[in-house]
Amino acid sequence: MDFDLSEEQSLLKDSVERLLADRYDFEARKRHGRGPHGYAREMWQAYAEQGLLAVPFAEEDGGIGGGPVETMIVMEAFGGALVLEPYLATVVLAGGLIRHAASAEQRAAWLPGLIGGETTYAFAHTERQARYDLADVGVSARRDGEGWILEGEKSLVLHGDSADRLIVSARTAGSRRDANGLGLFVVEANAPGVSRRGYPTQDGQRAAEVSLSSVRVGPDDVLGSPEGALPAIERVVDEAIAALCAEAVGAMDRMHRLTVEYLKTRKQFGTPIGTFQVLQHRAADMFIALEQARSMAFLATMMAGEEDARERTRAISGAKVQIGRSGRIVGQGAVQLHGGVGVTMEYSVGHYFKRVTMIDALFGDADHHLARVARLGGLIAA
Amino acid sequence: MDLRFTPEERAFREEVRGFFKENLPEDIRRKMVDGHHPSKQDIVTWQRILNRKGWAVPNWPVEWGGTGWDPVRQYIFLDELQSFPAPSPLQFGVYMVGPVIAQFGSQEQKQRFLPRIANLDDWWCQGFSEPGAGSDLASLKTKAVREGDHYVVNGQKTWTTLAQHADWIFCLVRTDSSVKKQEGITFLLIDMKTPGITVRPIQTLDGGHEVNEVFFDDVKVPVENRVGQENKGWDYAKFLLGNERTNIARVGVSKQRIRRLKELAAIERVGDVPLIETPRFAEKLAALEIELKALEMTQLRVVAAERTREKGKPDPASSILKIKGSEIQQATTELLLDVVGPYALPYLPEDEAADHGSNEPPIGPDWAGPAAPTYFNWRKISIYGGSNEIQKNIIAKAILGL
Repeated sequence: MDFDLSEEQSLLKDSVERLLADRYDFEARKRHGRGPHGYAREMWQAYAEQGLLAVPFAEEDGGIGGGPVETMIVMEAFGGALVLEPYLATVVLAGGLIRHAASAEQRAAWLPGLIGGETTYAFAHTERQARYDLADVGVSARRDGEGWILEGEKSLVLHGDSADRLIVSARTAGSRRDANGLGLFVVEANAPGVSRRGYPTQDGQRAAEVSLSSVRVGPDDVLGSPEGALPAIERVVDEAIAALCAEAVGAMDRMHRLTVEYLKTRKQFGTPIGTFQVLQHRAADMFIALEQARSMAFLATMMAGEEDARERTRAISGAKVQIGRSGRIVGQGAVQLHGGVGVTMEYSVGHYFKRVTMIDALFGDADHHLARVARLGGLIAA
Repeated sequence: MDLRFTPEERAFREEVRGFFKENLPEDIRRKMVDGHHPSKQDIVTWQRILNRKGWAVPNWPVEWGGTGWDPVRQYIFLDELQSFPAPSPLQFGVYMVGPVIAQFGSQEQKQRFLPRIANLDDWWCQGFSEPGAGSDLASLKTKAVREGDHYVVNGQKTWTTLAQHADWIFCLVRTDSSVKKQEGITFLLIDMKTPGITVRPIQTLDGGHEVNEVFFDDVKVPVENRVGQENKGWDYAKFLLGNERTNIARVGVSKQRIRRLKELAAIERVGDVPLIETPRFAEKLAALEIELKALEMTQLRVVAAERTREKGKPDPASSILKIKGSEIQQATTELLLDVVGPYALPYLPEDEAADHGSNEPPIGPDWAGPAAPTYFNWRKISIYGGSNEIQKNIIAKAILGL
C-alpha cells in the first residue's frame, strides 16, 4: 500500500502544473474564457503537444497507456487552475466511451484526431426528464436499412456547442427507463438534422441543448452493441465522477490556500484576522473537509478501473457524496472568510466556489449518491 | 501509487485474525460485541494471551518485546483487534508509559517495569490532568519537593481512568515554579500503595465507575522513580501524547460498531419493515459509513507517510484522525440510540448487575441495555486526549500556520 507517485507520474504532474502556472493564472483564464468556444484553442493544442489528450488511451491506439491515477493527476491540476477546455467532455467521457465500446477500426479512425487535438467531442446523453437516472433515455434510434435514424432532444450536453462530434445515446428498444435497449451513436455535429443551442454555465464553462431531427447514422458509427450500451455508459460515468472528484480536490485545495493566505494578510482591529480563534477553527474545519475529500478521491481513483460494477459503484458514489459535502464546507467557508470580496466576480475564490458547486450537480449530487450507497448496503464490509 | 494491501500484508491480516479466532475466549468476545466493558480480569487474561504469542507490545523497541512490524502491519494489527472485537491493551501501559520508559528511562527502570507492563503484572494509570489543568495541562500544580533521596509529592490529579485497579501511576509534577510553566515539570513513577495516596471515584453519566480523583498527601517517591531528568518532564509528555494520537482514530472500533448496528437494525422493525430498510435510517447509516471510509483512507495516508517520518514526531494531520475519529465513534452511539428507540429508557447500571450476578430478565430486547449508557459515556471521546477544539488549534497553528 503506498500513496506515492511513480517517476513517470511525478513527471506528468510537474509538467501539467508547470504549463498551467505559466499560462493559466486567473487573469489568463479570463482571457481564455473570452474565446469563441468559451475556451482557448491554443491551450487545447498545448495539451495535445504535452500528451495530456493521450493520457488514458492504450499505446497501440496512440495513447500513453495511463490509468485512473494519471487522469487524477491531470484533473487535480486542472481543478487548481479552473481550466475551461473540454477535457472531461472529450477525453474522459467521449474518450472513455470509445475506449470501452469502440471496435479497433473505429478507434483507429477517431482516436488520432482526438489525441492530436484536431477533433473535440461531447457526450449527448442527459435529457430533460432524466435527472440523474442514466437509463432514462427517450431519444429514439430506429433502423434505416444498414444504419439508423435518431430523433429527440438532449440537454445539458457539456461543451456540446463547440464539439466537432457528438456521441449520442438513444433508445433502440424497450421503454424509457429500461436498462436494455440503449445504443451509442457517433454523429458529426454539423450533420443534417442536428441543431444546437449553446449557453454558458454557472462555472464559466459551456453546454448545449441538442435537437436531433431525422439524423442519419451509418452502420460504422455505432459504438458496440446498439441494444446493450448501458454498462459502458455507467462505467464511463463512474470514471468521469472519479475525474471530477480529483478536479474538485484541486479546486478545494486552491480555495483553502487562498483563504489561509487571506487570513494571514487581511487586518481588522489592528491585527491579522487569522489570529482570531473562531476563524482559525473554521479554517481547520475546511482543512478537515478537504483532506477527507482527498482521501475519497484516492478511493475513487483506485476503484475507477474495478471490473466488479457493484464494488466500483459503491466506492464511486461514496466519493461523490464526500466531494459534495466537502465542497459545501470548503466553498462556503472560503467565501465567508474572504468577506465581501468573496462574492465578487472580480476575485478568484468565488469562481472556485462556483465550479465546486456545479461539480456536485454533475452525474448525481450528494443526495442521489447517498441513496445509492444506502441501496447497495453501505461501504463497510459486513 | 497502489492503495491495495500487498499479498504479504493480506496474509498477515489473515494470520492475526486467525490467532484471535483461536485464542480470544468467546465470553470476552461476546461481551465486546454486546457493547459491555471488559472486566479487569478480561483485559489481563487477553493481554497475557497476546504476551505468550509475542504480540503484547508491538509498538515497542524489539529488545523490549516489540514485534518490529512496519507502520502498515501495526495498523492492520490494531484494525483487526478493534474490529474483531477484542479488548484493547491497557493504553496507559502499552501505549503511554511503556514507550516513555523505553525511550527515556534508565536501564534499571526498563528492566524493572517493561516486562511487567507487557504481561500486565502491573496495572498503570495516568496522572496528568488536574482540576485546574485540563487543556492547559502545563499549568499543573501537583508539587514534588526533593528531600534527600526522594521527592515529597502533594496535590491532586483527576479523570484518572481505572485508578481503582492501578498498581502504579505515572505523574507530571511541578518541581520548579520559578521558570516558564513547561520548564518546571518532572515525570515520576509512583507506587499506588505508597502511604498518602487516596483514590476517590467519580461516577460518569452512564452510572459507571471509570474515572477517579487521586490525592497525594506527603507521598514519598524515591528519586530512582524519576524518568529522565528533573524539569524535562514536559518533553516526555509530548512524546507520550504524540504516540497516543497515532492510535486515536479507532477506525476498527467504528467498523465493528457499524456492523453491529446493521445486525440490530435488521432485527428491529418499524411496522412490518426492518428499520434498516427505512430510507431515513438507511441514509443516515450510509452517510456515516462514507465518513468512516474517508477516515480510514486518511488514516492509511498517515500510516504510509509514517514510514518516512522521524520517530516520535507525530504527523500534525493526526489531529484530523482525533476529530473525525471521535465524531464518528460518537455518531455510532447516536445511531444505536435510534435503533433501540424507546428501550433506551430503562436504567440498569452494568456494574451492579455484574457485581451481584443479577439474573433478572432484561427489559425489552437484551441488546438494548448498553445503548444509552454508551451514548452518554462516549461523549468523553471528543474531550479526552486533547479536546477536539484543542485539535483544531493544533491544525490552525501547526498545519495552516495561523
